[in-house]
Amino acid sequence: MDVVDRFLENAPGDRLEFLRARFDAGLAWVHFPVGLGGLGAPREMQQEVERALAHTPQLDTGVQAIGLGMAAPTILAFGTEEQKKRFLRPLWTGEEIWCQLFSEPGAGSDLATLATRAVRDGDEWVVDGQKVWTSGAHHARWAILVARTDPDVPKHRGMTYFICDMHAPGVDVRPLRQITGEAEFNEVFLTGVRLSDDLRLGEVGDGWRVAQTTLMNERVAIGGAPVRRGGGMIGLVADAWREHPELRTHDLHQRLLSLWVEAEVTRLSGVRLREQLAAGQPGPEGSGMKLSFAKLNQELTGFEVEFNRDLGYDDWAFRRSESVDFLGRDPGYRYLRAKGNSIEGGTSEILRNIIAERVLGLPSEPRVDKDVPWKDLPR
Amino acid sequence: MTLLYTDVEDELRAAVRDLLADRCPPAAVLARVEGAPYDLGLWKTLARDIGVAGLLVPEEYGGAGASAREAAVVLEELGRAVTPVPFFTSSVLATHALLQVGAGELLRGVAEGDLTVALVVPFSASPYREAGGQVSATDGRLTGVVGAVAGADVADVLLVPVKGTLHAVPAAEATVEVAPSLDLTRPIATVTFAGSVAEPLGAVDVAETLRFGAGLLASEQLGVAEWCLETTLAYVKERYQFARPVGSFQAIKHRLADLWLDVVRARAAARGATDGAAMSAAVAQAWNAGVAVHVAEEAVQLHGGIGMTWEHPLHLFLKRAKSAEIALGTPGEHREALAALADLPGPA
Repeated sequence: MDVVDRFLENAPGDRLEFLRARFDAGLAWVHFPVGLGGLGAPREMQQEVERALAHTPQLDTGVQAIGLGMAAPTILAFGTEEQKKRFLRPLWTGEEIWCQLFSEPGAGSDLATLATRAVRDGDEWVVDGQKVWTSGAHHARWAILVARTDPDVPKHRGMTYFICDMHAPGVDVRPLRQITGEAEFNEVFLTGVRLSDDLRLGEVGDGWRVAQTTLMNERVAIGGAPVRRGGGMIGLVADAWREHPELRTHDLHQRLLSLWVEAEVTRLSGVRLREQLAAGQPGPEGSGMKLSFAKLNQELTGFEVEFNRDLGYDDWAFRRSESVDFLGRDPGYRYLRAKGNSIEGGTSEILRNIIAERVLGLPSEPRVDKDVPWKDLPR
Repeated sequence: MTLLYTDVEDELRAAVRDLLADRCPPAAVLARVEGAPYDLGLWKTLARDIGVAGLLVPEEYGGAGASAREAAVVLEELGRAVTPVPFFTSSVLATHALLQVGAGELLRGVAEGDLTVALVVPFSASPYREAGGQVSATDGRLTGVVGAVAGADVADVLLVPVKGTLHAVPAAEATVEVAPSLDLTRPIATVTFAGSVAEPLGAVDVAETLRFGAGLLASEQLGVAEWCLETTLAYVKERYQFARPVGSFQAIKHRLADLWLDVVRARAAARGATDGAAMSAAVAQAWNAGVAVHVAEEAVQLHGGIGMTWEHPLHLFLKRAKSAEIALGTPGEHREALAALADLPGPA
């Protein structure tokens, strides 16, 4: 590719300088506009660029996952020109890590009932509340935040979307230990955190609509990672199967073959989905990928533990995880970590609701909270 | 190879769908299944006017020279309407065998829509199991009995593999007896040869033909599943109980969401299987056969009482799905084949 060849001719050797130069050359995400890491080119061209640059310094897609997969498309869709210029470059190069301040102890599946308040004070907003299930908050420079700005209107209408400065006074990040023994997630306490109004993303009161862009991209990011045939979690399990003929049984063999088929048709659906995405934006179909991925991961990891007949566990020691890693460590860890797959990024139950209502056009359940001001809702 | 549908494929689909909407509504299929299930008038229109009969026949023999992708799209539409025409048995399965032996004259007849052919093997034969032995050939004459043959009762020429050689037998030379079959829209027959005059056509790899058929049958199964899902969705939106559409209950919605996801993956598998690879066919059959049955069964349940009646066409789809699950290798046989194809060997 000419554009890649020209870039490589003068590309700097230092990793960070290389990534900055790649962004400036428009080769970060080619479908983004010129000047923002892109070329305004069709999305499918990215695959060619990645192939051509496979031998060069790469992003840390684990630590950068929320920035790349969720914050960036939201900033692109709703940010001001200043916000796009300020945030996208260091987000992409990994100089600034992002996390997501959405879920709260009292607002999980019903995210729109969230209670973290943002109150306007001149050119600033003062934020108070508690967020939870925040991956990577301990690395993060910035966060995408949804907060309640008007408690007197029904819940979906009173929210506003912000970029939160994680270094601001009043931001307190505490590790939240999970069933794996480690703390990949955090609780984030926000106490009198002052955010200037130029950190607001989208209009006041439009936070729910902005958040939908983030959530659609999250589900594609979790469910849509490109995997070659026989790669990913099924690849790990298949390798273990091939390496340990002494552990094979007929029952496990039948189950493995079924899982292999399901993994393969799910992979093919992902390939199809990406072909569709190349043309436009992710739609509700992405919710389907995440749902299949969660079920498969859970079944495969459970299968692997049973196949190994290993009653041990690699390490229960409490520690901070460096990044989200579904494929890491031992089978016992993978089994426990996979339990989160049907909870994070929209529970499988919520995803089924979304599919049923938005894709299949089925009527919603009767809603008791639709026209009630948020402040009057039972909680 | 793209897993999406091309513009040409979409046009072909639209032509077939329009014709079937007009000529082959479910009520019409239901009305004819107990008399003469095959609609040969419709078959002539499909075969000649739309030209589906010769899709897989090369242009040199007067066909369209199309690929498995186009035939797959036609099969999706025929599955959506459980259309009682011999497209799959004649234009896919038997035609594939004719292509193997390069039988130009017969292929020409198929392409023109003048000739309907059938491969005389049990429809339940598996690509992974040595078949045959039912028919023997002596001095250009065939003797023997083959049961559960699909499409034989409307074939002009029967194609009979005997010890690796394909023979052509005019239908009048054999006895074809239709027996009651689970699938009302694709009857099976017992074919008896008693010294029937046969013309040897050349060497045929029956397993390869069955595998090719199995890969494309996945597209028909996709069509069956799609119709069942769409019909059920429409029903649960209009059926009221407890003063609400039953489709507004989460217990129903979640089941339908899961079915949709199964069908989404069946579509990807069916598209994948048009590449003709043994692995793709095995994957698609292992998945789609079960999905079609599952969606049809769920459709019966979610329709409640009306789903159990003869007057509702749903049972035609259930019967097609369950029969197709057995046809050309069961899902279990296709999974077993994957043990070798995907290098996942069983216990010693």
